[in-house]
Amino acid sequence: MTATIYIPRDSAALAVGADRVAKRIEEVAAARGIEIKLVRNSSRGLFWLEPLVEVDTPAGRVGYGPVAVDDVQSLFDAGFESGGSHGLGIGLVEAFPYLARQERLTFSRMGITDPLSLADYEAHGGWAGLRRALELPSAAIVQEVLDSGLRGRGGAAFPAGIKWKTVLGAASPQKYIVCNADEGDSGTYSDRMTMEGDPYMLIEGMTIAGIAVGATVGYIYVRSEYPHAITALNEAIGRAEVAGFLGADVLGSGRSFSLIVRKAAGSYVCGEETALLESLEGKRGIVRAKPPLPALEGLFGKPTVVNNVITLASVPLILARGATHYRDYGVGRSRGTLPIQLAGNIKHGGLVEKAFGVTLRELLFDFGGGSASGRPIKAVQVGGPLGAYVPESQWDLPLDYEAYAAVGAVVGHGGIVVHDDTADLSKLARYAMEFCAIESCGKCTPCRIGSTRGVEVIDKIKSGANAPQQIRLLRDLCDTMLNGSLCAMGGMTPYPVLSALNHYPQDFEAASEAGVPSRHPA
Amino acid sequence: MLQHFKDIDHGTPRRESEQEVTLEIDGNSVTVPRGTSLMRAAVDAGIQVPKLCATDSLEPFGSCRLCLVEIDGRKGFPASCTTPAEPGMKVRTQTPKLQELRKGVMELYISDHPLDCLTCSANGNCELQDMAGVTGLREVRYGFDGANHTKSAKDESNPYFTYDPSKCIVCNRCVRACEETQGTFALTISGRGFESRVSPGQDEPFMESECVSCGACVEACPTATLQEKSVIWLGQGEHSVTTTCAYCGVGCGFKAEMKGSEVVRMVPWKDGKANEGHSCVKGRFAWGYATHKDRMLKPMIRSKITDPWREVTWDEAIGYAAGEFRRIQAKYGRDSIGGITSSRCTNEETYLVQKLVRAAFGNNNVDTCARVCHSPTGYGLKQTLGESAGTQTFKSVDEADVIMVIGANPTDGHPVFASRMKRRLRGTSTQAGAKLIVVDPRRIDLIRSPHVEADHHLQLKPGTNVAVITAMAHVIVTEGLVDEAFVAERCEAKSFNEWREFVARPVNSPEAVESITGVPAAELRAAARLFATGFDGPKGRRKNAAIYYGLGVTEHSQGSTMVMGIANLAMATGNVGREGVGVNPLRGQNNVQGACDMGSFPHELPGYRHVSDSTARASFEAAWGTEISPEPGLRIPNMFDAALSGNFMGLYCEGEDIVQSDPDTQHVAEAMLAMECIVVQDLFLNETAKYAHVFLPGSSFLEKDGTFTNAERRISRVRKVMPPKAGLADWEVTVKLANALGYPMHYTHPEQVMAEIASLTPTFKGVSYEKIDRLGSIQWPCNDEAPDGTPTMHIDEFVRGKGKFIITQYVASDEKVTRMFPLLLTTGRILSQYNVGAQTRRTENNQWHSEDRLEIHPHDAEERGIKQDDWVGIKSRAGETVLRATVTDRMQPGVVYTTFHFPESGANVITTDNSDWATNCPEYKVTAVQVMPVMQPSTWQQEYSRFNHLQEELLEARTEAVDISASR
Repeated sequence: MTATIYIPRDSAALAVGADRVAKRIEEVAAARGIEIKLVRNSSRGLFWLEPLVEVDTPAGRVGYGPVAVDDVQSLFDAGFESGGSHGLGIGLVEAFPYLARQERLTFSRMGITDPLSLADYEAHGGWAGLRRALELPSAAIVQEVLDSGLRGRGGAAFPAGIKWKTVLGAASPQKYIVCNADEGDSGTYSDRMTMEGDPYMLIEGMTIAGIAVGATVGYIYVRSEYPHAITALNEAIGRAEVAGFLGADVLGSGRSFSLIVRKAAGSYVCGEETALLESLEGKRGIVRAKPPLPALEGLFGKPTVVNNVITLASVPLILARGATHYRDYGVGRSRGTLPIQLAGNIKHGGLVEKAFGVTLRELLFDFGGGSASGRPIKAVQVGGPLGAYVPESQWDLPLDYEAYAAVGAVVGHGGIVVHDDTADLSKLARYAMEFCAIESCGKCTPCRIGSTRGVEVIDKIKSGANAPQQIRLLRDLCDTMLNGSLCAMGGMTPYPVLSALNHYPQDFEAASEAGVPSRHPA
Repeated sequence: MLQHFKDIDHGTPRRESEQEVTLEIDGNSVTVPRGTSLMRAAVDAGIQVPKLCATDSLEPFGSCRLCLVEIDGRKGFPASCTTPAEPGMKVRTQTPKLQELRKGVMELYISDHPLDCLTCSANGNCELQDMAGVTGLREVRYGFDGANHTKSAKDESNPYFTYDPSKCIVCNRCVRACEETQGTFALTISGRGFESRVSPGQDEPFMESECVSCGACVEACPTATLQEKSVIWLGQGEHSVTTTCAYCGVGCGFKAEMKGSEVVRMVPWKDGKANEGHSCVKGRFAWGYATHKDRMLKPMIRSKITDPWREVTWDEAIGYAAGEFRRIQAKYGRDSIGGITSSRCTNEETYLVQKLVRAAFGNNNVDTCARVCHSPTGYGLKQTLGESAGTQTFKSVDEADVIMVIGANPTDGHPVFASRMKRRLRGTSTQAGAKLIVVDPRRIDLIRSPHVEADHHLQLKPGTNVAVITAMAHVIVTEGLVDEAFVAERCEAKSFNEWREFVARPVNSPEAVESITGVPAAELRAAARLFATGFDGPKGRRKNAAIYYGLGVTEHSQGSTMVMGIANLAMATGNVGREGVGVNPLRGQNNVQGACDMGSFPHELPGYRHVSDSTARASFEAAWGTEISPEPGLRIPNMFDAALSGNFMGLYCEGEDIVQSDPDTQHVAEAMLAMECIVVQDLFLNETAKYAHVFLPGSSFLEKDGTFTNAERRISRVRKVMPPKAGLADWEVTVKLANALGYPMHYTHPEQVMAEIASLTPTFKGVSYEKIDRLGSIQWPCNDEAPDGTPTMHIDEFVRGKGKFIITQYVASDEKVTRMFPLLLTTGRILSQYNVGAQTRRTENNQWHSEDRLEIHPHDAEERGIKQDDWVGIKSRAGETVLRATVTDRMQPGVVYTTFHFPESGANVITTDNSDWATNCPEYKVTAVQVMPVMQPSTWQQEYSRFNHLQEELLEARTEAVDISASR
């Protein structure tokens, strides 16, 4: 019998040698005369186990990881191809606690299927949402998304259905769907995993969006550092067109929808929706003032839905299973699930899709297993480089947009970056300002000049000159940036800075005054 | 801030909407059109919200963050420039929190700005300074040792303004002005974040970038970053006077900013309806000629042109001229003298010169330089529509859906209007741009420039206009695209039916004329369909097609025919009588329209009434107290011919350089030499003055009062900002000359002249200085029916009643290519120079264009062994001259092109005496020539050089008068 062996093709697996492992497995199998079928699947998102090699067994898929090239001979010795026991074995993958405890709605196919196989996609529930959408009037599709409670997963958490409704209501001969795949937040990869690992889900979601609002063209603006995602999307789009899921006559419905992949300009601020639109139009990536809303005057001045990858990828399931199914997950006004990305100084980094309401403590310890260094965790930055540093006192808050906002933190795109007690929060605050200075588009004054001054003021604070006055100035600057900036770039840079200043004031004491470098646990 | 700078800036542009919204700002209720920004609404309520990046000539941008406000029920601090007013909003523009935020922003600005206010060139006129005052900034806690741009080097490459990046606040106003106002897209911001800085081209100096020096960026700059060099040298003006530009027929309004009687700078007037705050390199910057050292400031006389000049008093000069004129009339007859008025002079001056000719000379020998430019327009439009003028306002182009440009190069010749046209062609984010058809032998810039591309370029062979326009009519008639309802209601049935039958003939089809015109039939058909049917414009209104044309239409042997062909096309497609359509001649000079209106033609009294019209003549005779000859007088070319045959011996030439600008220079020069007394009144000793016996110093537009009438029939005031440099304004000189001739004139101010014009001219009946001052400007007809003037003509019926179609049979020009002269030369002008260049050559504009060049297609150049920059001889049957070559595929093979801005170029040595059949407008646009590489200047140029040298010596050798001022 031919053994089916799965080796992920996700960038995270490739980065730790998945291709070499795959090649080795083929060589050894050939040498030993063992017939195998190698499937390059997507990643389960258990990154500390990558390359995670799986094999089909009658009981289900059994996993081994992390597998190095040198482990291959011993794996064959152990008969891993039929589920034999080995030191790297993790047993039945589906039962592995890290996965079993998750609520994988959007990521339900992740790690299971061959990303580019249309048959795999369809066999695992693909296209059901689109088929249902094609039977519904536009307004009903929009209503379904509205009822699901789905909010923008890019970070702004704006209700997707309201955005769609605005575009649907705008009269225009041409409308667009734009997918924001310029995933630039530190510690995030859920967009990348989706595009590399389940591209048809995004294609299906965008097609549904197009059918819903009356758009015939969609653009996917993909971060330039994601070459594998761009390749996968282009390949998937080509296959979907051939199979009739995209093009002039989607599934014989007479409706037209086509997709174009654009490589992004390599600027963090191009992830801001209006700067993204400028960049897509071939201009400098500069933030536009709103109004006009992109929903009314977006790409090339036409009504445009701009949604994040995960937002659009959540749509097929909502249509397939109904709004209620999705809405039943979550807490408060944060409905459904969030693919949370654990990164930084964490033992078990990876993707955790959970309903809203999970706490940081669960994520850090039940999933993450504590810090990678083994030292106490001091601070956790949630929501990307513009997210607040969350101290331990807030680790029991439910992950919920409103609960986080209430303490000056953000959920954002669900990126979580962990720091242990060796972190100097004044340096991280300085880095936040520096990041803003590097990435600011330069349009508005608070961001353009303020970020550079922020770095200088923190340096002055650390050098001890007029520290109390300088701290006052830093707070005033943060207030100007927070309330005065044109977009979230300058407007949210104060979040990490103020949270560091508020929760870790000792780190801002001048080196001479504090006597020793500040390494106190929080 | 100095008082005269305090124009109200509404912050964002006006919005047009039938819906109004009422809201409350700082407790004041205010009602504004829907779409109006909170910032603009606040100004309406008498409240100025602090701002730096906003100005009412540009779309809101939202970058400076000073204009933040609070709105009840909304979180955060929205920018008032980008937030539209909504019904029932309650807005607060001043709160402690807002004050704190604004001060915070200002503190950041000033942390990267030099603190040299007192020695800064913008001191007294700096918005950053104002805002620092308004926000109450008292200290910059960041200090000044951080990162900054204060050591950045200045770019002084542009002759008229400097760019000082150290003072830049990155408000983007210059970049946006270059895009939105001018449409050149030469500026951008390079770098991002703190490194952001204004960049001409790709971080090039301004002069090496695509910048056309229109000054829009300088005008938009709120600080000293982009600053006129004249202000750097002289300081801010202490008062300003609104006046009208003396360059092209756009007629831009300017504020002359003055220190006493010295001009500091010319700033485009926001409320000037022709330009709405925009300008070009000529009007904005090239006014230095007015005080150039070449200005002739003393009257001079000489009995022979080989004699040295003799400076004399005004009285002696005028007395001498009057004596000579009377002597010549006594010897050769009353009709042996005449006058030439100028499109450069004011309406009042022109009126006085023709009055002088008709009343004091006692003949109708008066003509004007419109003879050589737009006389076919006057004739053709009068015949078809009934009035010798364009039908629209410039603003009308905003409503056009299809724009057809024929024989005009607006980006060079009429740059401020071109910017307006390009704005319409680009469209907006919510409205598609207009479609563009260009009919021109050359690939002009408009055909492809940033965000503008012609849908059809009909690249015809020079001289075949009429064949093209008739073929377009053929398509419209034979494909059933005529607006039958319009024609039936508004036009003469008989003439229409004859025209319809004529144009429908197969011989007029695009296919039949393709070999003549060189325009592919399919392309011509597509263009005709687009013109007649428009495209999918906004629903609910007719698609508007507008025609704009220039001298490429008129300066042909069939110039008048072509003008009538254009009028036919507009009528047949129903494109006359409302906004967005019409027949729009782009006038070359500032007052072409006015000079024609004022009776400068030998057959017409003011208001286009024929001299044989006894009623019209009687009213002038009564007012002037003299008889007027019912016989038309001599046209300019007839004057030359008459001079050579010994019948025309005296000429009063005011403000025109006929020797340089009229065709067939050698013929003109011979006529000059034949005359016994030539009186030239001009700013400079121009080419014509070198043949003159009396020189009377002219006065520039800065030195006199009066009015100009632009291409849209708009009468605007010219206001004196300084006393005449030579003591007398031009109109005063004419008055003195009339008095010396024994015909008394008693005007003490041009206002009285205008009152006389209004009393004698029905279309000007309601015009007065008082009304112009009140309204800003007036478009004639202005009378009892239209007391505030007439923006759009022929609305319900044509001036002549029913529109008249005229058959436009194509007749080939006599100028045909032969083996000897295998190329066709056509002529035109360039942005930085103006006509004969007398003004612009005496400015720094020479840095853009210092010589006339011959443009030639690479194929023709290759065939002749001509390389870029080579000297080439251009020979026609009239003469020969030598220029340097520019090899460019702008030209089609077989056609060459040059400009005529420099006298030594001798462009008109080559042009021939062919002219329009109806008006004698010269055929400047078609001359058969041969072009060959040469090693030395042409014989004519050598002779010119010798003659010019002699005349300079005779000027140098002039004897000076003792004290002229005493004689005034």
